[in-house]
Amino acid sequence: MQKQIVYLDNNATTPLHPEVCKALNEAMEFYGNPSSLHALGRMARQRVEQARENIAAFIGADKDEVIFVGSGSEANNTVLSIFTCPSRNCACAPNKHIGIITTTIEHPCVMETSRCLSDRGLGVSYLDVDKDGKVDVNQLEEQLAKKAGLVSIMMANNEIGTVQDIKKLAEIVHKHGALFHTDAVQAVGKFPINVRELGVDFLTLSGHKIYGPKGIGALYVKKGVHFCPLIRGGHQEYGRRAGTENTLGIIGLEKAIQMRAQEMEQEEKRLFEFKAILKKGIEEQIPDIRFNGHPEDCLAGTLNVSFNGAEGEAILLYLDLEGVAVSTGSACASGSLDPSHVLLATGLDAERAHGSIRISMGRQTTKEEIDYLLEVLPRVIKKIREMSTAYNKVK
Amino acid sequence: MDWAYTDKVKEHFTDPHNILRDGEDFPSDGKGKVGNVKCGDEMMFLIQVDKEKKTIKDCRWKTYGCASAIASTSMLSDMIKGMELEKAYQITPKEIMQQLGGLPEHKVHCSVLGDKALRAAIDDYYQNSGQEDKIEKEEAKIICQCMNVTDHEIEHAVLEGARTYYELQERTKLGTVCGQCKDDAERLLSEYIQKHYS
Repeated sequence: MQKQIVYLDNNATTPLHPEVCKALNEAMEFYGNPSSLHALGRMARQRVEQARENIAAFIGADKDEVIFVGSGSEANNTVLSIFTCPSRNCACAPNKHIGIITTTIEHPCVMETSRCLSDRGLGVSYLDVDKDGKVDVNQLEEQLAKKAGLVSIMMANNEIGTVQDIKKLAEIVHKHGALFHTDAVQAVGKFPINVRELGVDFLTLSGHKIYGPKGIGALYVKKGVHFCPLIRGGHQEYGRRAGTENTLGIIGLEKAIQMRAQEMEQEEKRLFEFKAILKKGIEEQIPDIRFNGHPEDCLAGTLNVSFNGAEGEAILLYLDLEGVAVSTGSACASGSLDPSHVLLATGLDAERAHGSIRISMGRQTTKEEIDYLLEVLPRVIKKIREMSTAYNKVK
Repeated sequence: MDWAYTDKVKEHFTDPHNILRDGEDFPSDGKGKVGNVKCGDEMMFLIQVDKEKKTIKDCRWKTYGCASAIASTSMLSDMIKGMELEKAYQITPKEIMQQLGGLPEHKVHCSVLGDKALRAAIDDYYQNSGQEDKIEKEEAKIICQCMNVTDHEIEHAVLEGARTYYELQERTKLGTVCGQCKDDAERLLSEYIQKHYS
């Protein structure tokens, strides 16, 4: 019999919500190009704009402050590049030397874009985080004093789940006259978010992390804020992102968000309970472990844990053989030789970073699945530790 | 559905052979340990030698490493039983990989630890039995004088994924001062790519 897969990698991506599937099927009739003037075009336009309105409302924004993009990565790339338009004629170009401040725990799409901008001569500085992954506020003030145009700090970390105090960070940034962007890909749809209350200038969200389709994201751009498109050559999205609208993706994202509005509150409660059960079970059954991430200010469904003397890719693949899907911060799973930059940024030593796994639960996670993980995980860790050169040392 | 790696890798990973169990009594004639937990891989190899036949009678190992490291060492431990010491000494990661049905390119570096640990164990045996003359000294040769980069480091960089001179420079910083070593470095680069990936 084909074993049911226990999917605990929801921070990587999520399955489509059944209601999203239904909405997508029904959306097939909207094949007209929303820019076409004929009836089919107007029909699609209307549908896209309706979705825009609903999505904007969910984050407390106005309709014309939300643009659709191809992914969270695209949204983040767009925001980071708003001061670096290569065109001399572009009104966006004057501030070539305005720096960027970000953190050491961002998603690679922010880290690598920052590195690239830095190579091009733009000043980029990276804020440190403490052992729980919280940004150093004093350091932010110091860096802002040196003049920066843009600060980008992720709301909830994809690896350790730590949630930042975005409202406070945005206040500090605005005090110094800089713009504030938050990558909220892991946060939107997990708990209530209102861009006005938070006071952010840009916010990134993505469809496939919240049971919507892959290949669709949205970027909130506050009215009146400096902007420069990354993808040019079309009037779509208020001239801010060229390319024919991904009508299906947009309709799927709208439905995903509508379902989040209904489900997220109950779900957060349930996942916090599951996480408590997991932590207790792991602690009781497996010695020499460490939980990573902030103990309270953390995504409900995310639990990152390091096992001394056991390597993460081996843990992942033994769990895979038992039908459980998780991810790891070990270098070996990524193809590079460096373990997770996020875990290292929290001060974790390389050995424990290599020995970490991330369990990320979702709306479909059940108590039975948690119990099953607690049954197989101790066995897997024991097996790996028995063959490990590095375990007796730490005992 | 295919597994992450080949069936052979899966087989050895699921049920690794010749692991040194906790509390197991395994009197060894040679012991080798290579790697470093900080880098994500560490391996220890123990061998028993048939002194008459000059063969490996039996072996045990322990590892801190990923699935590929576990599987390749398990495979190696099967391959060398009964093998002449001199032959075992010359086993290359490529031969182990062939037995496993191949590994993805980015996992090749995970399989080089096993044969290194084995060679260290054989060296240890030679040392213990007064046969130091058989130890092949792998002395590193400095290629880049300015940045003090050796041929071993170049090989290591290739195993980590360097394929071009630029990538080699990024990883090792060689040739970033006077640049005179460029020709030598490029020659070694293609040699090591040939050795491990062709």
